[in-house]
Amino acid sequence: MEFFLVTLLNGVSYGLLLFMLSSGLTLIFSMMGVLNFAHASFYMLGAYFAYSISTRIGFWQALVVAPVAVGAIGMLVERFGLRTVHRYGHVAELLFTFGLAYIIEELVHLVWGRLPVDYRIPAQLDGPLFAIYGTSFPIYRGFMMLVSVTMLAALYLALTRTRIGLVIRAALTHPHMVEALGHDVPRMFMLVFGGGAALAGLAGVIGGNAFVTEPGMAALVGVIVFVVVVVGGMGSLAGAFIASLLIGCLQTFSVALDWSIAGALARLGLQPPPGLLVTELFGITVSQAAPVLPYLLMVLVLILRPRGIMGTREA
Amino acid sequence: MNPSAIELRAVRKRFGDTAVINGVTLAIARGERHAIIGPNGAGKSTLFNLISGRHPVSEGAILLNGAPISGLKPFEINRRGLARSFQVTNIFHNLSVFENIRCAVLWPLGYRYSFWHRLSGLRDARERAEAVMEEIGLARRRDTPAGVLSYAEQRALEFGITIAGGAEVILLDEPTAGMNRSETAAATALIRKVAAGRTLVMVEHDMSVVFDLADRITVLVYGAVIASGPPAAIRADPRVQEAYLGTANA
Amino acid sequence: MSTEARRCEPLNPWRWLPWGGAAAALALLPLVFRHGFALTLLSQMGIMVIFALSYNMLLGQSGLLSFGHAVYSGLGAYCAVHALNLIGKGQLAFPVSALPLVGGVSGALFGVLFGWVTTKKSGTTFAMISLGIAEMVAACSLMLPGFFGGEGGVTANRTVGRAFLGISYGPATQVYYLIAVWTMVATAAMFALTRTPLGRIANAVRDNPERAEFIGYDTHVVRFLQLVLAAFFAGVSGALAAINFEIVSAEALGASRSGGVLLATFIGGTGWFVGPIIGAVVYTFFVGAISSVTKAWLLYLGLFFIVMVLFAPGGVASLAAANLRVAKAGLFGRLAPAYGAALGAGLAALGGFATIVEMIYYHELEAVNDPVLRLLGLRLDVTTAPPWFGAAVVLAAGGAAFWVAARRVRVRWNEVHERLGRGSA
Repeated sequence: MEFFLVTLLNGVSYGLLLFMLSSGLTLIFSMMGVLNFAHASFYMLGAYFAYSISTRIGFWQALVVAPVAVGAIGMLVERFGLRTVHRYGHVAELLFTFGLAYIIEELVHLVWGRLPVDYRIPAQLDGPLFAIYGTSFPIYRGFMMLVSVTMLAALYLALTRTRIGLVIRAALTHPHMVEALGHDVPRMFMLVFGGGAALAGLAGVIGGNAFVTEPGMAALVGVIVFVVVVVGGMGSLAGAFIASLLIGCLQTFSVALDWSIAGALARLGLQPPPGLLVTELFGITVSQAAPVLPYLLMVLVLILRPRGIMGTREA
Repeated sequence: MNPSAIELRAVRKRFGDTAVINGVTLAIARGERHAIIGPNGAGKSTLFNLISGRHPVSEGAILLNGAPISGLKPFEINRRGLARSFQVTNIFHNLSVFENIRCAVLWPLGYRYSFWHRLSGLRDARERAEAVMEEIGLARRRDTPAGVLSYAEQRALEFGITIAGGAEVILLDEPTAGMNRSETAAATALIRKVAAGRTLVMVEHDMSVVFDLADRITVLVYGAVIASGPPAAIRADPRVQEAYLGTANA
Repeated sequence: MSTEARRCEPLNPWRWLPWGGAAAALALLPLVFRHGFALTLLSQMGIMVIFALSYNMLLGQSGLLSFGHAVYSGLGAYCAVHALNLIGKGQLAFPVSALPLVGGVSGALFGVLFGWVTTKKSGTTFAMISLGIAEMVAACSLMLPGFFGGEGGVTANRTVGRAFLGISYGPATQVYYLIAVWTMVATAAMFALTRTPLGRIANAVRDNPERAEFIGYDTHVVRFLQLVLAAFFAGVSGALAAINFEIVSAEALGASRSGGVLLATFIGGTGWFVGPIIGAVVYTFFVGAISSVTKAWLLYLGLFFIVMVLFAPGGVASLAAANLRVAKAGLFGRLAPAYGAALGAGLAALGGFATIVEMIYYHELEAVNDPVLRLLGLRLDVTTAPPWFGAAVVLAAGGAAFWVAARRVRVRWNEVHERLGRGSA
């Protein structure tokens, strides 16, 4: 029982992190039609910036400065990169962000090297928050959840209560109409892209030390974020929320479970003959299959319900 | 009794909560030249989209030569002998004029998904495409990529793609849109020639074309048929005059 | 009906010139490049050419952007390497020269397995599904060590099987010629496919899938068939790689290989048949040659790619074609000086940038031992300020000069094209 609760809380904290990433991606996709392949690269930059700032100055300063820096980079990318490719169509925009992901990874290699860096949880946040029957839940995970929820609440309020938020929400579904009404849509694109990047950067600041900070982190997380966005439904923030929690828990639970089909059959007293491919397949435990599960889910969703859980637009 | 070429029975179409087609029942006989007219927003293009399979019907049935086709995919309907043109030009912009038309004849000539035939050796495809190009007057633009043609040339190509396959039932969506008087006259003559022996259904706003070509006219207003019959009857119908052609107010 | 004389196309000698020339070049290259490294590079180029051409069957010809094409070449490679092992154990009598067929057929079978569900839609959905399947298969590869050989992969010996005519595939030259022959055959086959009804309809589906349905074609079937055929040739390239390297590991299926062929094909140009060939050569040059000179090769390649996306999305082939058109009209002379200036400025800026990058790497890795980096005959002490300052100045000056020169190129280009337009009126 305690295992279930702690794993659930871990899954939720990871899921909230995924939502910070996927919400930015969804906003960018909904408004600009661009599937930002470099979104997880901004996550990585946030973690690396935070590492450099926190080792020289402090973690709390990093928490503020790093996302702002990443957001600024995002705005520059949109202004000088995406805007140029915009006229060639969505495929060209996708390819631009694809190439950008390569470049950011190589720049990280250049500046910080190819090995993981020691980005640590600050001492004040290190340690158990509470314990349930002996299994402890770390403070830092709680801190992550706090930051995520606060940030997302702020985002929600900004989108629903401010004027610019209203215009952005309108532009999410009808960008041309909003432009026709006289709003500076290109400037809004820049803000939204920068804002999404900053959100990803913040996720990197708080996630980079909880998980590992290394050059391959963008590729790992990036694909999972795509899975979230596809399963939740491209263009739907609510769907992204549900899917983030779902996949966060799926990944957290599956790496801890040692069940397998062979094990279930053994409980029933059956033993499949050795040496067959089928037997090899049945012997695979859930924890071994854990890496495949998100992609399996994505492929199934794309085949059976391409709109996703709550999608309004099809890709 | 010979089945009609196209028959619509109590067809309704809703997009979300908006009803666009409100119970249309219509029969178009084989070899007939039929025009559908009506004010903007009446649902004429939607009706075409329903017949050609671009959208599914919400209620009712559509039959082609007596067989139901509502719910079939566009290519299935096309293979049964129905071709349509589009109001917004819908061509293969990277292919040349010749290639555009040749693509339209490949399935009817039976080549299907063949990857073992050399295109250059398919004489029947080439000859048919060249014949169509002559008819629509684009023979001298044979190797031009379709994307760089002028608007009128693209409309002609659009028409050529539609008729190249030799379909028995042809749907034309505003074929003379954007044309001046001489272009319209040429287009009308071409349509008349091509429609010989076929069933033609067209949506048109140009009344001179309509009254010149059509054997029967259907008037569509707010997704419902308010009148259907030969041109003289339509011209005289008071409801049509009120809704579309305009009345002289006392 | 016109009565023009039937054009006897097969006898037209000019058509065969490119093919004959290419065959001759491929046959003679090893005599020119005798160094073992050059032979390795050429072999890798041949493999990549087939892979990139097969990828362009999807991207350039059918409008399908795939992020997982390496699945088919990788699975073809695995099947081929297992077959090679069976041949070695005497359990399978099959000529090694024909092993690429095994790769091709298995690639095609996997294309049938994955292809039907993945080609239901095109565009972003197809791209995402291809990514998902690629990640799925890559993740599976670690779960099924029996077939995939675990982390170490599967090795084989290519000299097994009965040698005929003295060909055992021991020496690298013999492997090169095997690859060269298969490259010619595969290229000719894929070229021929572009001139079939399916090939042309695939182009139509790319340009306007809706219209293609309205002329009687099920776009799903068209895309599916193109995918299966592309997977066949991808499998051929995978098998050749298996023979060449005598090992197949999980990275043969991986994201970097799928991303690599995308980069290569796009850089070369998706709108021309010869584009992917150019792209494959450029890409292999970066991966094979430049990678041994500098650690930052992928950065340079990525920058090259992005510059192409931003300014020349038609690829190298489109630039070549556009300039050939100008040259044919005799107007290239007006462009050449502007090009020269831009090229010079660009090289200077690139030199400044590359110097900074190399100095950064050197500083991190080697400066502990010896602070002086030897670059292009210059001695740069990376612990002092002057080299950095100098490189930054070169970069800034080169960049500014390039900006100016590029604008002059644009002006000249517009001038030339105005003349071209008037000439044809």
